[in-house]
Amino acid sequence: MPLFFIWSDSVSSTEPQQGEQLYAAREPVFPRRVNGKFRNLKWIIMIVTLGIYYLTPWIRWDRGPNLPDQAVLVDLANRRFFFFFIEIWPHEFYFIAGLLIMAGLGLFLFTSALGRVWCGYTCPQTVWTDLFILVERWIEGDRNARLRLHRQKKMDLRKARLRLTKWLAWLLIAVATGGAWVFYFTDAPTLMVDLFFFRAHPVAYTTIGVLTATTFVFGGFMREQICIYACPWPRIQAAMMDEDTLTVAYRDWRGEPRGKHRKAEGAEQLGDCIDCMACVNVCPQGIDIRNGQQMECITCALCIDACDDMMAKIGKPRGLIDYLALSDEPNERAGQPPKAIWKHVFRPRVILYTTLWSLVGFGLLFALFIRQDIDMTVAPVRNPTFVVLSDGAVRNTYDVRLRNKHGEDRGFVVHVSPEDKFELKLEGYDGNITDVPADATKLQRVYVIAPAGSEEAKAERVDIDIWVEDPVATERVSKSSIFNGKAN
Amino acid sequence: MSNKPEKKEVETTGHSWDGIEEFNNPLPRWWLWTFYACIFWGVLYTIAYPAWPLLSGATPGVLGYSTRGQVAAEIAAVDEANAGINEQLASADLTQISANPELQSYATNAGAAVFRTWCAQCHGSGAAGAKGYPNLLDDDWLWGGSIEDIHATIAHGIRNETDADARFSQMPAFGTDELLEKEQIAQVVNYVMSLSGEAQNPEMIAEGAVVYEENCAACHADDGTGDRTQGAPNLTDAIWLYGGDYDTLVTTVSQARYGVMPNWNARLSDAEVAAVATYVHGLGGGE
Repeated sequence: MPLFFIWSDSVSSTEPQQGEQLYAAREPVFPRRVNGKFRNLKWIIMIVTLGIYYLTPWIRWDRGPNLPDQAVLVDLANRRFFFFFIEIWPHEFYFIAGLLIMAGLGLFLFTSALGRVWCGYTCPQTVWTDLFILVERWIEGDRNARLRLHRQKKMDLRKARLRLTKWLAWLLIAVATGGAWVFYFTDAPTLMVDLFFFRAHPVAYTTIGVLTATTFVFGGFMREQICIYACPWPRIQAAMMDEDTLTVAYRDWRGEPRGKHRKAEGAEQLGDCIDCMACVNVCPQGIDIRNGQQMECITCALCIDACDDMMAKIGKPRGLIDYLALSDEPNERAGQPPKAIWKHVFRPRVILYTTLWSLVGFGLLFALFIRQDIDMTVAPVRNPTFVVLSDGAVRNTYDVRLRNKHGEDRGFVVHVSPEDKFELKLEGYDGNITDVPADATKLQRVYVIAPAGSEEAKAERVDIDIWVEDPVATERVSKSSIFNGKAN
Repeated sequence: MSNKPEKKEVETTGHSWDGIEEFNNPLPRWWLWTFYACIFWGVLYTIAYPAWPLLSGATPGVLGYSTRGQVAAEIAAVDEANAGINEQLASADLTQISANPELQSYATNAGAAVFRTWCAQCHGSGAAGAKGYPNLLDDDWLWGGSIEDIHATIAHGIRNETDADARFSQMPAFGTDELLEKEQIAQVVNYVMSLSGEAQNPEMIAEGAVVYEENCAACHADDGTGDRTQGAPNLTDAIWLYGGDYDTLVTTVSQARYGVMPNWNARLSDAEVAAVATYVHGLGGGE
């Protein structure tokens, strides 16, 4: 941020000086490989999340002859969203809104209980960066080898080969990532063939291009900078966490004063931290957790694995760096055991979030199961309000929109009630059955006629109901409307 | 992340207010170059597109672009896209259009647009008509309600002298031309009103029946149901083009009526006439 004005009398040696450079160049991060339970958990989560992302569009789901057989499909052209046995039409978009609300509440829930667990384990930026670092490590070697390669100024054949191989591998992952995205929006096998023969829609290629570029740049080069500079979540999370939130922290009361010389004189006065820098070297965000909680930390817990490993080697108990809550600190400093984990997790705030989350979830499930397969709207045609026929009868016209959510054509029977007072006719049909094509909305003109001289024909307005019945599914729905007589 | 900041001297502008000094930081290079690029772009833009106002109009721009031209191009593109189905519609057997759902849907929608543009002035945007302009929603037709009849009416018009195929008829002005006495007119109006169940003076009706028989039955038929080949209205139904009350009917009989409709084949394409016929036929009264 440019600083145009400063208080000249506040300028002192500790304040930012005139002419200070406000731009901080990125310090490259070379995370070292680490083994341990959190690393294993992250591997599993990576495989599962990437698996879901890449494979979901290829799952088939039979819906009958006229509907797509892709299990998860966002059909923008036909305005349908298919999710296994669920089909969402545009007027049911509140399901998507509900899911987004659940996602939001879920994020609050997990953050208040476990801090930035989303950031550390499942955020796509984290998962793909992890994958890109894995590839980088396969090709260029572990931290020290990568550091050497980085420091080597001269671009010799080996460095060029390694760099090109790495970028190519990244690019392939990026193309696969961008490619997988478009498969969610149209039939995947067809699109796959079309893509290869260069006859797919330009939008598909553009989307793949943009997502390839972002994946390549974000995962390969931006990495932790996305978390620090681009993502709003690190700023929001502070408001979501409290002193009972379990988060990755360093037990400085146990570790300090740190020092390397375990056998040297005065070693007894040193803490458990041997200042081996293992926690710093494995950190994908390039920070030192021993400085306390900081915005850059995504709580990926790799430093816990690194430190536990080191503690085991020097024969000290694990957990110098561990998931712990701020409220435990006074107890631990006083040498008392920390509160049980469940006591941290089951507190009013977490329970409230869980309750809200479940309520929205049950609400959506309920709404999902009471949905009807036929759906109708009735719009009375009011230009003119009524028409007098040659025999003196009075006719009103209604535009009825009928939705058939089935995979086959259906004949819907239309009725009007009170049935004995009115005659009903359908435009284009002799009887009172209209054909609605599969998976479509049909606009059917419906005429309701009050016989000449009847009370209804003379009245100003009469309340009526228009019924639609699906004899195959034995379902019936109705909508109320108004019949205008001659007195209108 | 913490890079040791490099110290560089930044000049101040020399301005100082209450001890607050103003830095003289130069604009970022990228910003400056973007700004220059925008100026350059702006100059090119005024050359390429209509820009500088002149006494009449503006400089045309070397690309020859105009919003009117764009609209014309878009209309041409739509016409071209619809050329196939318009061709199909123009040559279609009108009674078979409803058997082809795609053509039917196109014709109804295109016809609705044509109707709102050309027909709504007289027949109303909802096609309910007005006094002297027939209501197209009901089941009463002066010249026939089959789609072919509707098509003929739209294409050639009614009592329209510019089209030889237009259908003609003329009711005599029984009063103005002194064909009937005032008394006779009153009698025949009484009779006509009785045809559609409006109770009137029985004596007048009996007299009127005789007048009707001699003067009106030739066109409006013996039973008063009219004759569509001559556009003679059915006098027994509940629908009156100019009004069914006594005074209006006296005026009608005395001065006659002469409703005119233009021939739309001169203004609309064959496909448009077919489309609007399909639309009108589907409004609820089509036969």
